[in-house]
Amino acid sequence: MNPSATDWPKRSADLSDDGILEISMGPQHPSTHGVFRMNVKLDGETVVWLKPVFGYLHRNHEQLAEKMSYFGSMPYTDRLDYFSSLSNNWAYALSVEKLTGIEVPERAEYLRVLLAELTRLQNHSAFLGFLLGDMGAWGSVLMYAFRERDLILDLFESLTGSRMMCNYMRFGGCRCDLPAGWLAQARKVVDDYPAFLDEMEQLLVGNEILVARTQGVGVLSGADAINGGLTGPMLRASGVDYDIRKVDRYGIYDRFDFQVPLGAHGDTYDRLMVRLLEMRESLKILDAVLREIPEGPILDPKSKSRGLRPPVGEAYARLEAPKGELGFYLISDKSPEPYRYRVRPPSLINLTLLEDMCLGSKIADVMVILGSVDIVLGEVDR
Amino acid sequence: MKQPLILPGLGILKGMAVTARNMIGSYYGRKRLHTISYPEERLALPENSRNFPFLVYDGDDPEGGLRCTACRMCEKECPPQVIYIKPERDENGKLTKHPTVFDIDLNACMSCQICVEVCPFESIKMDSAFEYAAYEHFESLVLHKSDLAKSNTYYHGIKPTEATAVDANLEAERQRKAEAAAKKEAALKAKQAAAAANAAAKETPPTSDTDASD
Amino acid sequence: MLPTETHPQTQRNRPALNFAARRPWSTLALLIAAVLVVGAGVLFLLNLKAPGLLTGAVVAAMGDPGQAPLILKAGLLHYLETAWSCAPWMLELTSIFIVIGTLLSVFGVIFALTSLVERKMLARIQNRFGPNRAGPWGLFQPLADAIKMLTKEDIVPTGADKVLHLLAPITMLVPALLVLAILPYGPGMVPVELGVGILFFFALGATTEVGVFMAGWGSNNKYSLLGAMRSIAQMISYEIPLFLAALAVVMLSGSLSPDAIVSAQDGYVFSFVPHWFVFTPWGFAGFLLFFTAALAESNRSPFDLPEGESELVAGHMTEYSGFKYAVFFMAEYIGLFAICGFAVTLFLGGWHAPLPWLEWIPGYLWFFIKLYALVLLAIWVRGTVPRMRGDHLMGFAWKFMIPMGFAVILAAAVWHYAGGGVPGWLASAVIVLMPYLALGRVVAIQYPASRRVYRFSES
Repeated sequence: MNPSATDWPKRSADLSDDGILEISMGPQHPSTHGVFRMNVKLDGETVVWLKPVFGYLHRNHEQLAEKMSYFGSMPYTDRLDYFSSLSNNWAYALSVEKLTGIEVPERAEYLRVLLAELTRLQNHSAFLGFLLGDMGAWGSVLMYAFRERDLILDLFESLTGSRMMCNYMRFGGCRCDLPAGWLAQARKVVDDYPAFLDEMEQLLVGNEILVARTQGVGVLSGADAINGGLTGPMLRASGVDYDIRKVDRYGIYDRFDFQVPLGAHGDTYDRLMVRLLEMRESLKILDAVLREIPEGPILDPKSKSRGLRPPVGEAYARLEAPKGELGFYLISDKSPEPYRYRVRPPSLINLTLLEDMCLGSKIADVMVILGSVDIVLGEVDR
Repeated sequence: MKQPLILPGLGILKGMAVTARNMIGSYYGRKRLHTISYPEERLALPENSRNFPFLVYDGDDPEGGLRCTACRMCEKECPPQVIYIKPERDENGKLTKHPTVFDIDLNACMSCQICVEVCPFESIKMDSAFEYAAYEHFESLVLHKSDLAKSNTYYHGIKPTEATAVDANLEAERQRKAEAAAKKEAALKAKQAAAAANAAAKETPPTSDTDASD
Repeated sequence: MLPTETHPQTQRNRPALNFAARRPWSTLALLIAAVLVVGAGVLFLLNLKAPGLLTGAVVAAMGDPGQAPLILKAGLLHYLETAWSCAPWMLELTSIFIVIGTLLSVFGVIFALTSLVERKMLARIQNRFGPNRAGPWGLFQPLADAIKMLTKEDIVPTGADKVLHLLAPITMLVPALLVLAILPYGPGMVPVELGVGILFFFALGATTEVGVFMAGWGSNNKYSLLGAMRSIAQMISYEIPLFLAALAVVMLSGSLSPDAIVSAQDGYVFSFVPHWFVFTPWGFAGFLLFFTAALAESNRSPFDLPEGESELVAGHMTEYSGFKYAVFFMAEYIGLFAICGFAVTLFLGGWHAPLPWLEWIPGYLWFFIKLYALVLLAIWVRGTVPRMRGDHLMGFAWKFMIPMGFAVILAAAVWHYAGGGVPGWLASAVIVLMPYLALGRVVAIQYPASRRVYRFSES
């Protein structure tokens, strides 16, 4: 007796007739880097449509800033990309300095570069940990990455008072000077870091399973990346040579000798490796800064923080945050609050091409691709 | 290009060597064992660590020695607006430089430290205590003046460098004020003396008949 | 050295660690002493009925540790016959229950211990302590887990097939336990002497897969169904390399009985290298194949796609809570022990000692030592590698492992018929290495493994 097709159990109502399954990888999910949802349509295991849904972490950051003084919204910029609060602070300070024309002393510039590169190191370490955690490596790499990241966060705590919400940059310099012994501790952290990077490379680079899961997955061509407005390591992994530290030469980055790694294939493996190589370049910059940092004031004593009323005008300042191009656009009308305050969030703009990267790949790859974009919902939703 | 000899599984074996090194290393020393048994062991926080604000008072009297003058600058600049101050007025309705009510709502305080930066009198500083967990929001997590007031000795205990610098500042300020007051006083005295001399010069006649015999 | 100190606020509320965690060695000594005292008390009480029998058996067992379980069992049966005058059928029944009870309690204790050891070993790999608060070194953690599982609410989804939902965990656990009955634990210590043991093992392995499907279908949840289907595809595909590796061993030892296979690995070559099959080229490759397929059969990393949290929550086990989940958990571990036990029997010489001067350690202890070494290896692999994707997993099984399985059989045959000289060994090794290198490049990595070189910008 042959079982005919009509004998098979009926499909449940969830499946539409042409066999497309729509699932929502919902806001509560172990691997979506925050409250983030993706509506995915699957044909078997292949993705045919993907729509990211976000806004679960919207906190009215821009609206709040338009009701508060310039000084008062500095702590809120910490909470945009909460992994790299010092970069956010610097971007905002840059934009206000551009608006008002305040000059920054030498030592403050060195301190800013030092802290921004430390921020890049710890952000990329956390990225490594999360990507491997998404792939199911049971948290080993996550723990190693956080072990090293914690040493950098200890440095931040002894300087700024807080591990992640630093609130350290001011318009015209930095808030407070280095305590005794900080430079020696920072030197120790920078000297020990290459050993950790070597260990990571040994664990990851040749690992066959990692290679199989990331090479050829989520390929994005350079032209698509430029069209989509992508910036940061994602753009450089697709082969486009664009690093704002080299293009704009903001701060004092033109004094340091570092290179920008570029990928050739634009897949997830390239993004992983570009970030690993960027960490090594950051170590070079840190080495130079720690050797050359001069003495001097860190804040112009005549610069005003409280009651700042910038002249009428607009300014857009950007920098190379660990996730991409972070920009602040301010319009001032001579009142204590900005007329318009807008953040250009790199994570959000990098996310717009998620569907293009995921189409045609398997459902298991979607998580890996999302992990390689390196988003933080605080920045996506603001 | 000739492909190199590939031994599948070698990458995984190298990775297993790393994890084995970490596992065995975790029994020797703390470098590869980065956790402590909280709450029995606690890490010492760095000096600059900040969590929630507190009010400093000099000496032993939490009310009389309180440095705060209720100028309400911190209330104005606080971004999440968690500070609530009510200044004290005496019988005539004049402002005494003292707060009657000083509340900070820890539910919303984001530890940004702006209140400390804008205070002109070094009276509000950041504490590093963090074990404030409570069972409900309003009774336990809204701190009042009596909870917030902590002595200068406590401040020295948690942040010695900063407290010493603050004391030096305050001392210098006091000296400056004392000098300025003394100068003003001297200038006033000089003016009074000059005025008196002038008045005396006007009253006494310019003759030499000055026999005042008693 | 991490500086540990207290802040003025916290100085007043600094608790002390519980006694068991502060003094683990003392607590362990106390526990062992308590167990010994209770055991001695029970022995004394039982001894009163027929003096000398039980104590005599215990003393004899201590004299000959290699045969201790058999001596103790015989002594207990003799005691029951004389002291309580049991009928012969009752003695038979008691004999069976003694064996079942011993097996279940030994493997139950090992299961509880493994659930703790896995967590602690993974934790140490990740630079942290594992559970260390419940008892000395966390030894009571499995008890705490058991109490937690038993007191949870048993949720059955509406629309779920209640019978299937209930039977699925049982269908997974029972075959795993049945397999434990045919393994040779020591010389003469096979609970059931089965002439077709290997066939029995593979039949039961297939039954486990039915349990997975029952769980997935009976949960009325499309994610469970997807997970179950993936899991079954994986388990079926990896049965074949398992089978091929075992086939080579069966071919060379000429019997399907595990006892005979262990006996075929008796003796030493050059009087210090044991005769185990793993020390031959085809045996080494076969062992690696068997072990990898064993990881896939137990749904363990890197083959734990069905349990991939980041994708499908828990696959076929999503809708299970409370005791049923505990049964799944137990089935997975006991399945792992059963397969590792088989690997030990087929390739690692069963209960034979590795070196002649270590033969004073009883055979059953060697069996469990080797078994546990394999379990620790599985845990080590779990802590290191990420998960394989579904199609990679299937490609790996069908395109790499099955051809390697055939190569192993061919190599075994060549090794056997060459008679044992060096040319036989060399030919065997070559027959195994060639497909490994050829297929590895093309298939196992799925992409021509590009050791990529990254360029840097010029500026």
